[in-house]
Amino acid sequence: MEETEYVIKTIKFGILSPEHIKKMSVVTITVPDTYDEEWVPIPFGLMDRRLGTLEPLQRCETCGERMEQCPGHFGRIELARPVIHIGFIKYITMILQTTCSECGRILLDDNSIRRYKDYYLRFKNKKLHYFATLINNIVVKKASQASKCPHCKATKLKIKFERPFSIIEEMNGESKILTPYEVHDRLKKIPDEDVELLGFDPVYARPEWAVLFTLPVPPISIRPSITLETGERSEDDLTHKLGDIVRTNEKLKQSIESGSPQLIIDEHWNLLQFHVATYFDNEIAGLSQSVHRSGRPLKTFAQRLKGKEGRFRSNLSGKRVDFSARTVISPDPFISINEVGVPYDVAMRLTVPEKVTQWNIDRLKEAVRKGPNELGGANYVIRPDGRQIDLRFVKDRNVLADQLEPGYIVERHLMDGDLVIFNRQPSLHRISIMAHQVKCLPGKTLRINPMVCPPYNADFDGDEMNLFVPQDSEARSEMETIMKVEKQMLTPRYGGMIIGALHDYITSAYILTKKDTKLSRFIASYILGLAGYREPIELSNEIKGREIFSKLLPNIDFEGKPLAVFNEEDKKLVIKAGRILSGVIDHNAIGDQKAHTLLHKIYLTFGPEFTKDFIDKLGKLLIGYLDHYGFSIGLDEEDLPDEAYANINEAIRKHLKKVDEYIEMYRKGLLEREPGATVEETLEQKIMDELNLARDEAGKIAEKYFNQDNSILITAKTGARGKMLNLFHMAACIGQQSLRGKRITRGYENRTLPHFKKGDISPYARGFIKSNYKKGLSPLEFFFHAISGREGLVDTAVRTSQSGYMQRRLINALLDVYVEYDGTVRDAEGNIIQFLYGEDGIDPTYSFGQEPVDLDSIIKDELEK
Amino acid sequence: MEKDNYDILEHELVPKHVVLSKEESKKLLKRLKVKPYNLPWIRASDPVCKRIGAKPGSIIKIIRKSPTAGITVYYRFVIPG
Repeated sequence: MEETEYVIKTIKFGILSPEHIKKMSVVTITVPDTYDEEWVPIPFGLMDRRLGTLEPLQRCETCGERMEQCPGHFGRIELARPVIHIGFIKYITMILQTTCSECGRILLDDNSIRRYKDYYLRFKNKKLHYFATLINNIVVKKASQASKCPHCKATKLKIKFERPFSIIEEMNGESKILTPYEVHDRLKKIPDEDVELLGFDPVYARPEWAVLFTLPVPPISIRPSITLETGERSEDDLTHKLGDIVRTNEKLKQSIESGSPQLIIDEHWNLLQFHVATYFDNEIAGLSQSVHRSGRPLKTFAQRLKGKEGRFRSNLSGKRVDFSARTVISPDPFISINEVGVPYDVAMRLTVPEKVTQWNIDRLKEAVRKGPNELGGANYVIRPDGRQIDLRFVKDRNVLADQLEPGYIVERHLMDGDLVIFNRQPSLHRISIMAHQVKCLPGKTLRINPMVCPPYNADFDGDEMNLFVPQDSEARSEMETIMKVEKQMLTPRYGGMIIGALHDYITSAYILTKKDTKLSRFIASYILGLAGYREPIELSNEIKGREIFSKLLPNIDFEGKPLAVFNEEDKKLVIKAGRILSGVIDHNAIGDQKAHTLLHKIYLTFGPEFTKDFIDKLGKLLIGYLDHYGFSIGLDEEDLPDEAYANINEAIRKHLKKVDEYIEMYRKGLLEREPGATVEETLEQKIMDELNLARDEAGKIAEKYFNQDNSILITAKTGARGKMLNLFHMAACIGQQSLRGKRITRGYENRTLPHFKKGDISPYARGFIKSNYKKGLSPLEFFFHAISGREGLVDTAVRTSQSGYMQRRLINALLDVYVEYDGTVRDAEGNIIQFLYGEDGIDPTYSFGQEPVDLDSIIKDELEK
Repeated sequence: MEKDNYDILEHELVPKHVVLSKEESKKLLKRLKVKPYNLPWIRASDPVCKRIGAKPGSIIKIIRKSPTAGITVYYRFVIPG
């Protein structure tokens, strides 16, 4: 088979001319049926053998080729009466409105036509198509205002388009429907030069071609019939629709020949117009849909292309590809952050084509020997002559392996170290797609290090991810240089580290680097060994946790503020020459999704590879330590002494009393109105503020009674998980529940529940929860809590769909905007959008907060040198 | 029309507009390697264009305050209309 490469230079859209339709058609279809009783296609029917072939062994009656080679051939239907092409009806109306019905000229005087023509041609020759269309639009606008033809002086009548497919001419208040014949005659009169000025290319799209006298019948390869398992045959929707058209056409023909009354003919004609219109688009406004026997609307041409399931979005933009995998993900903290654990089963299906050279021949021979069913084997061998050998069917793979020589290509299994693309939907930013190194592992899930969850926004509650294997070295090199996880650790959103320690890692780091944490030599060497530390350590049985952490640190100076401040000494994190002098390590030092952390500084100073290794080691050390430490959360952690509960109750009572006072003041009309609010609004605001104070104060009291080694307190204060508020909810007071930002007011008439008096606006009647989760909620409180909880669920559901659609629109609008090398922002046509990216030319990835560089620390570093 | 003779250029929300000279325009287009129509457009009927007398075909320079960059420069190509 000969292969020729073509490059598409231009795509030109036009209207098929009747001559063209006739030229490309091989048969005129006159029979509305498909097959006879023996399943033989009926000649001149919709499945005529000349239109191409569907059976594998059958030869096409037109070209004599088999199914694979024959592309199919067009037929045609000669319409007994012309109909208007529904897709062009707007343009037809526009042209009729701007041209003279008598002489066919544009309704502008010769001078203007010449002037516009001049402009139009000048722009067109300069390839300024946008300006050319502007001229077209001006001409249309000007010409449609004329009331008299400047050329033949005929009066111009008003022309209107009426749904679904009539064009109406108004004369002295009376309106008359123009028949397709009349429309065609008028369009035909327009000279080519005028057609061009209206924005049509007369060579490819003469307007009168939009009135159909012949209808092309597409080849059957476009509308194949399918045989169901039961042996029943079923035709494509398009075939059904074409059947309708042929049937009405034949009926129309008959009634014309037999001299039926005009009324009958018109009825058939109208029906023909309906069928042809729905054949193109079955979702025309103002037209009933054409349906299948079962009542399902037919999928005609427009429906094949349009929308999410249409040809464009589903089959062209959304092609499925080979060399890809998708399964559930699960965590593995012992693989590197730039690795992905691939199940053996997957690794043995995905292959990489590798050219045999003298350097890899031994390895590839071994792969061929191992064959398709052993890890590290190969699935196919491609010989230099292009023959592909499937290793599943090779009897003696040793023979084939011995034949290997440079020039062969072996499609070997995925192996450790191969670069693959890894992705999780929705791919909202570029770090949703990154390159990972393969690590073949047993099991059935794809494994990732939990620290790469933030860029993908992944968790392990059933998330699935996709994996793609690039097939050539060009793709691999691009991934190596820009797509690898370690090269994407800074987020372009704010320039911070998107990858960093999370949850347990942070808890562990805090506990390890606390001032008084001391480790035995045994456990210290154990966790340092996990982290790959191979230097000798002190022979003490009381090694400070900080010292152990410091052993992993490179030679770096850092100063930061820990989130967790448990004592005065640790108010400041100071690291000098890679040793922690004071302060603890927590989310503010090694956390994810944060800028200006210790990790961030390490990244900027030592680069991606070093940082990746550092994070890997850090992860293993911290996980190892926490395993040993045994960190957990128990029910008694939320317990408070009776004294605390008494204080909390007292505080809440105090604020509730204040609320009662406000309500009393309001009742008496003594409440002062706040600016811009009604008295009622003021009262609501005051109550809300007061109740929030109540909750906060309850929390503050509770906080005093928590131990410093309270697990929840540690996770909240170090930024590992949760906020202090969550702890207060559990231990102290849940506080006011809200619906749409207000206290809960809906329900029965002037009350939320029948347990309250009408008009009761006291805290408990409006959703204030005094209880905490530990103690439990009263039935009424539980109900209010459920209201708020449901609102949250609905909000997230609504928000995701709305923001998803907005994202789609934005991406489609901005997808070809780029920053040029000179710093300007341009679109695909080279039009300038910004003269300096973001007005300051700063790439936020490498910026320091709002400033381009961190001047202070640079100066400081220089001075210290 | 000019009811109270207010000069729009005086308004604090109107940035500084300058019509570029022929040479300046040429230099700008050469620096950016673009045709005039690749620049953002502004209509000649725009109040500022009328006020500073920018005719179709000329390029105007707009000096604005920017929250990120302090001061930023923008150019627009004056089109008919």
